[in-house]
Amino acid sequence: MSDVVMHVWRGDSNGGDFEEYTLPAQEGEVVLDVIHRIQATEAPDLACRWNCKAGKCGSCSAEINGKPRLLCMTRMDQLPEGEPVTVTPMRAFPIIRDLVSDVSYNYEMARKVPAFLPPPRPEDGYRMSQIDVERGQEFRKCIECFMCQNVCHVIRDHEENKGKFAGPRLFIRYAELEMHPLDTNDRRDLVRDKAGLGMCNITKCCTEVCPEHIKITDNAIIPLKERVVDADFDPVAWLGRKILRRTKRTPQEASVQPE
Amino acid sequence: MTTLEHHDYDVIIIGAGGAGMRAAIEAKERGLRVALICKSLLGKAHTVMAEGGVAAAMGNVYEEDNWKVHFRDTMRGGKMLNHWRMAQLHAQESPDRVQELEKWGALFDRTKDGKILQRDFGGHRYARLAHVGDRTGLELIRTLQQKAVSLDIDVFMECKVVRLLTGDDGSVTGAVAYWRPTGEFVTFAAKAVVLATGGVGKSWKFTSNSWEGTGDGHAVALWAGAELIDMECVQFHPTGMVWPLSVRGILVTEGVRGDGGVLKNSEGERFMFNYIADMFKAETADSEAEADRWYDDHTAGRRPPELLPRDEVARSINSEVKAGRGSPHGGVFLDIASRRSAEVIRRRLPSMYHQFMELAGVDITQEAMEVGPTCHYIMGGVRVEPDNGATSVPGLFAAGEVSGGMHGSNRLGGNSLSDLLVFGRRAGMGAADFAEGRAGDVPKLEESLIRHYIDEALEPFTRDEGENPYDLQHDLQEMMQTNVGIIRTGPELDEALEKLEVLKERVNNISVKGGRAYNPGWNLATDLPAMLTVSTCVALGARERKESRGGQTREDFPKADPELGKINFVSRQPAGGGFNEEIKISPEPLPEMPDELKALLEEAPK
Ligand SMILES: Cc1cc2nc3c(=O)[nH]c(=O)nc-3n(C[C@H](O)[C@H](O)[C@H](O)COP(=O)(O)OP(=O)(O)OC[C@H]3O[C@@H](n4cnc5c(N)ncnc54)[C@H](O)[C@@H]3O)c2cc1C
Ligand code: SF4
Ligand code: SF4
Ligand code: FES
Repeated sequence: MSDVVMHVWRGDSNGGDFEEYTLPAQEGEVVLDVIHRIQATEAPDLACRWNCKAGKCGSCSAEINGKPRLLCMTRMDQLPEGEPVTVTPMRAFPIIRDLVSDVSYNYEMARKVPAFLPPPRPEDGYRMSQIDVERGQEFRKCIECFMCQNVCHVIRDHEENKGKFAGPRLFIRYAELEMHPLDTNDRRDLVRDKAGLGMCNITKCCTEVCPEHIKITDNAIIPLKERVVDADFDPVAWLGRKILRRTKRTPQEASVQPE
Repeated sequence: MTTLEHHDYDVIIIGAGGAGMRAAIEAKERGLRVALICKSLLGKAHTVMAEGGVAAAMGNVYEEDNWKVHFRDTMRGGKMLNHWRMAQLHAQESPDRVQELEKWGALFDRTKDGKILQRDFGGHRYARLAHVGDRTGLELIRTLQQKAVSLDIDVFMECKVVRLLTGDDGSVTGAVAYWRPTGEFVTFAAKAVVLATGGVGKSWKFTSNSWEGTGDGHAVALWAGAELIDMECVQFHPTGMVWPLSVRGILVTEGVRGDGGVLKNSEGERFMFNYIADMFKAETADSEAEADRWYDDHTAGRRPPELLPRDEVARSINSEVKAGRGSPHGGVFLDIASRRSAEVIRRRLPSMYHQFMELAGVDITQEAMEVGPTCHYIMGGVRVEPDNGATSVPGLFAAGEVSGGMHGSNRLGGNSLSDLLVFGRRAGMGAADFAEGRAGDVPKLEESLIRHYIDEALEPFTRDEGENPYDLQHDLQEMMQTNVGIIRTGPELDEALEKLEVLKERVNNISVKGGRAYNPGWNLATDLPAMLTVSTCVALGARERKESRGGQTREDFPKADPELGKINFVSRQPAGGGFNEEIKISPEPLPEMPDELKALLEEAPK
């Protein structure tokens, strides 16, 4: 097999540049394998995150030829042959070093989501039907790769929005809780006022990059937007839609963390 | 040197997989100051990779199931080397722990009447694994993570602990760590410490483990004076991917077999029927027809041999390949395509479908997978008190894969996730009790020792000419794969121990380039001492245990020795040890099982 040429961004918050590495190609490799070979030989200090090497942990997000991808799930033979492969860190987050970016923003936004709050557990356990859990399960497939956050123009192009915009990853978390058959918290005012749901103009870029194929816009954001609007007019309609709902809470109560 | 970043806590928890998070939740709910420390980002620990499910005898699918059957299955699967009390607590408490996850937001797959659905797995008599498709670990870790976040637990992520600190009285006083993003050191003083650092698989060439599986917790515990037991018991999971080479070792869940997948050799034969050990004959089907009936109704036939415990299946695959009946890339075939509809396969095993499609270009709904054994899990580990996870070092607790005893010589699938929950909680309670009972404020740390450990970690930067840490890691992995793999012999183990000494010399000659900030080469250099310590314990144990039992297979001692079945091999070092110092290993009797539990084991299977 021929050689592969990699253009890997090297640097830190003070700046950096592309470094070129040429290696013999190997059958069946993914981009992460090539990065690992560079580390093992020429550049042991090349920074890159990874854990599972099988698309399950969401650690290895980066941009390959300008597109957000998981390094471990992008096969070299699917990239244009004979052309150099460019690898850069995710753009929307501050850079730590090389391919590693500072994703703490996402963890901070996650801290703001009021917790799940079920009714007391009945003696013989909670009962939920498969069809009802499946809606939430779609969102719980999320591996927190944060690529949807990375492509969302609300924060990618506007650093100043970060404090008031939770982003698609967390919209699916709000949606998941909202649709959870057992949850009793009402987070609709929160998601509108503090999480910035209104700033999303449904470009669907987030859905396109999601490696778990979660329909972020269609199944989470749009239904959430509808519910938030409903809440202004008709809380009863919303109430009725929640299965097994016991009590409705005010946003103030909802933001209190349960035990 | 400038002053170091320092933190005081009641309890620090090293490791944020299932065990560490569960421990942190428990200690935090007691109102203590708790820190959770992990090498990767939060939510990326090994636990996230677990696929098949979490074992708990809830009896949702088969009412006949109960803790007693689960206890029996676990002990038999572990070839009786388990600590009986751990196996008992585990079987009794895992249903509550699984149901508790639901209270915290987990969404398991459901039965028709709305209960938690349970699936079949090897070695479990009844369908017992609560699951979410084949991404159960993700559900578990995310649920615990979200619970931990809601409790406002302090999290130190991408922070690697290099050493534990102990006081004059031998009790634990804290830990020394560094931040991976900056390379700056940080110290923790704590009244109690919980180790939940997971496994050791990264020391083998073909492994399902990530870069994190370097046995740090096992090593720092040993160096601090704690005991490790039965380190020779390493589980090689029968079904790892074998091709392409770059993904060799990545796990294929046992759920494939639980859901109807079968193993075939190059002649198309379901070879597992030829490998049913006497111990399992009574409860294993002896014809394909009987095995196939069992999937629909467990009372209509005995279980298929594909679902024997993992050690049995892994050895059988190894034998088939050796006999020349392997697949093109040196494995065997795992076929679900011809047995279940494409729709069922995609629904039950979505991530397996995805993984093979993307990584190997194989559509598992149409073709068989090629699979072979991969280093997966260590049953051996830090010796603990079953009820509270206490180690022999006062104030030091351990839970999860880093601890030993629960699984004996072989772990059943699904029994790890439940182990994390049951013993994570118990270690959290144990540590909280200890912290509350410890007089005064947090212990004082010894400055000179901290400086010494920091210098030790920074040493590779001081050498201009030296070895690349990746070369050393590579040689270690090759050696462990060849000499301390699935089948072992005395002379190979002797050779392994000699080679380990040479590798240890080489660690003293590592040099790393670049700065301290997010430098994987340096990070690896700081992992290598732990990898070598743990590898030495495994090889020593394997040499001493002159028998074959579970995850320890000796070609020169092919049978289980009933006398050795009553023995733990215990590794020790004096407190303040290190990878360069000698490890002593000694046989010690297992604790005696009470008669009423013995009776459960003797009961004939239904
Ligand atoms: C691919 C795969 C599939 C599996 N499937 C199943 C299954 O279906 N069912 C089942 O029961 N089991 C399964 N297992 C086994 C199970 O997932 C693991 O045994 C279990 O998750 C271990 O959990 P833990 O909490 O002990 O440690 P881990 O989840 O491994 O977490 C270890 C933690 O310790 C941290 N750490 C390690 N060293 C340090 C250090 N020096 N300083 C700071 N932090 C440190 C790490 O960052 C991490 O946070 C599977 C394992 C794998 C690899
Ligand atoms: S659809 Fe909304 S959340 Fe998704 S990328 Fe576009 S603006 Fe962002
Ligand atoms: S929703 Fe999809 S893209 Fe966004 S973080 Fe989760 S897995 Fe990644
Ligand atoms: S390494 Fe886990 S998703 Fe890529």
